[in-house]
Amino acid sequence: MGMTMTQKILAHHANLDSVKAGQLIMADLDLVLGNDITAPVAINEFPKFGRTSVFNKEKVALVPDHFSPNKDIKAAEQCKCLRTFAGEQQITNYFDVGQMGIEHALLPEKGLVGAGDLVIGADSHTCTYGALGAFSTGVGSTDMACGMATGQAWFKVPSAIKFNLTGRFSKYVSGKDLILHIIGMIGVDGALYQSMEFVGEGVASLTIDDRFTIANMAIEAGAKNGIFPVDEVTLEFLNDHCKRKPVVYEADGDAEYERVIDIDLSEVKSTVSFPHLPSNTRTIDQVGEVKIDQVVIGSCTNGHISDLRMAASLLKGKKVAPWVRCLIFPATQQIWKDAMHEGLFDIFIDSGCAVSTPTCGPCLGGHMGILAEGERAVSTTNRNFVGRMGHVKSEVYLASPAVAAASAIRGFIADPNQIQEEK
Amino acid sequence: MQAKGSVFRYGDNVDTDVIIPARYLNTSNGKELAMHCMEDIDGEFVKKVKEGDIIVADKNFGCGSSREHAPLAIKESGVSCVIARTFARIFYRNSINIGLPILECPEACDGIKAGDIVSVNFSNGKITNETSGVTFQSEPFPKFMQDLIEAGGLAGYMAKKGAANS
Repeated sequence: MGMTMTQKILAHHANLDSVKAGQLIMADLDLVLGNDITAPVAINEFPKFGRTSVFNKEKVALVPDHFSPNKDIKAAEQCKCLRTFAGEQQITNYFDVGQMGIEHALLPEKGLVGAGDLVIGADSHTCTYGALGAFSTGVGSTDMACGMATGQAWFKVPSAIKFNLTGRFSKYVSGKDLILHIIGMIGVDGALYQSMEFVGEGVASLTIDDRFTIANMAIEAGAKNGIFPVDEVTLEFLNDHCKRKPVVYEADGDAEYERVIDIDLSEVKSTVSFPHLPSNTRTIDQVGEVKIDQVVIGSCTNGHISDLRMAASLLKGKKVAPWVRCLIFPATQQIWKDAMHEGLFDIFIDSGCAVSTPTCGPCLGGHMGILAEGERAVSTTNRNFVGRMGHVKSEVYLASPAVAAASAIRGFIADPNQIQEEK
Repeated sequence: MQAKGSVFRYGDNVDTDVIIPARYLNTSNGKELAMHCMEDIDGEFVKKVKEGDIIVADKNFGCGSSREHAPLAIKESGVSCVIARTFARIFYRNSINIGLPILECPEACDGIKAGDIVSVNFSNGKITNETSGVTFQSEPFPKFMQDLIEAGGLAGYMAKKGAANS
């Protein structure tokens, strides 16, 4: 029986000719990632694995991005723990404030992930790198410690769901709308323990940023990973960023899938996830009047330059509605600089938005945009669980950058098609 | 190995943000985390939980973040076992890696309610509702995971494996 794309990458890294769904394997890792929340626990566990140094100082990435720039003394101590360990172990890929970006935007930008790689990260959104034809998945701190010490991790080989994409998006519809649409369709455990493999002629029309966003939220459907085939779009990105030669895996023609789901991209509408689950979706025409207090545009999901351009195209010459705060978080220093040079910050600041240095801050209710009791936010982030962005009685509505920007202008959740763009 | 305790009963999709809210993740101290365990879903949990108590939930327990602080907070609060219909995958592997016993058993979830006294026999996977007198059989773990659990978690397992290979 044939293998899926994911199974082929796993088999290769486990030095096996083939694997099948359900099999338990030990596999070699190309990269092990941790942040200021998860790495301190891993660093604490590290000595228990009986090693004094990491398996490869170039294959460990430490990114203090969650509560940094340090939000309080305890957070500062956690970041210091990473800094000290990175120094002692001479970790090449340690990115402190100033070089720091949100990890899942930063690692591809720095060329640390290539096609065919096997990556684990002690952060659930590590699945983002499937956009580049890599197998990547989120794990916990003990797995991270094990990975840093031994260069290996255990995996249960996943079965897969195939998403066969055709057509192309209509105006203002993006990768975020597609992944919210899918999660709404299959549920927050709809792909539990499985791979989500995206194929079909529609893939070619998806930008690399769309693919990052889609793979990023595979975890919100419970998936182990989301993955795209390697095509011209992937190769162009890798050529610009990654020095290593891409290793291209393709699913076998007779690979077995638990489900095949056909999606015509032209039929996907702007989609919003209502509180308190990403699967609680409504298309923009079904939203009704939902008044908002805050808009967040950024994060590992939607802090790419294309996301900021989309938001700016709508905000240009407009004002953020009275009594609404609009916060912009470019995901990396490079994206920050590009946005600045392109004049996007003039647009944001003139319209009344605040622009922040890169941080995960508000997405997980850490800092830089916490909600009070009863407040509502439209956010381009990835989770809207109870209390996610602040008070247990606050609400988060997940949406695309276009819907978020339109909502900032109107003061309630709005369809970007209703905003007259300035030339 | 056995566990016995009183049951805290929750529903579907109990996420790691309600198990341990991110506002407390500026520490990884288990005892500190345990003081806020389940805070955003059940404010009474911390006040009522006793050593040995058991959490029973429905689908997709532990969904969301990869924070190992979630199973750690549960373990440090004294909970001896979590039983659910299904677990989210990162929570599942984190629990096994740190030695928090978890069992998937939909029938037990149908037959156990809040406050019931439940005992669990980890060697044969039998879950007994002492209050109603009904016994359920949970899914057995594959051999690899049994070895992990017996070694007390991933660190112990890898150390054993390393010793065996050298």
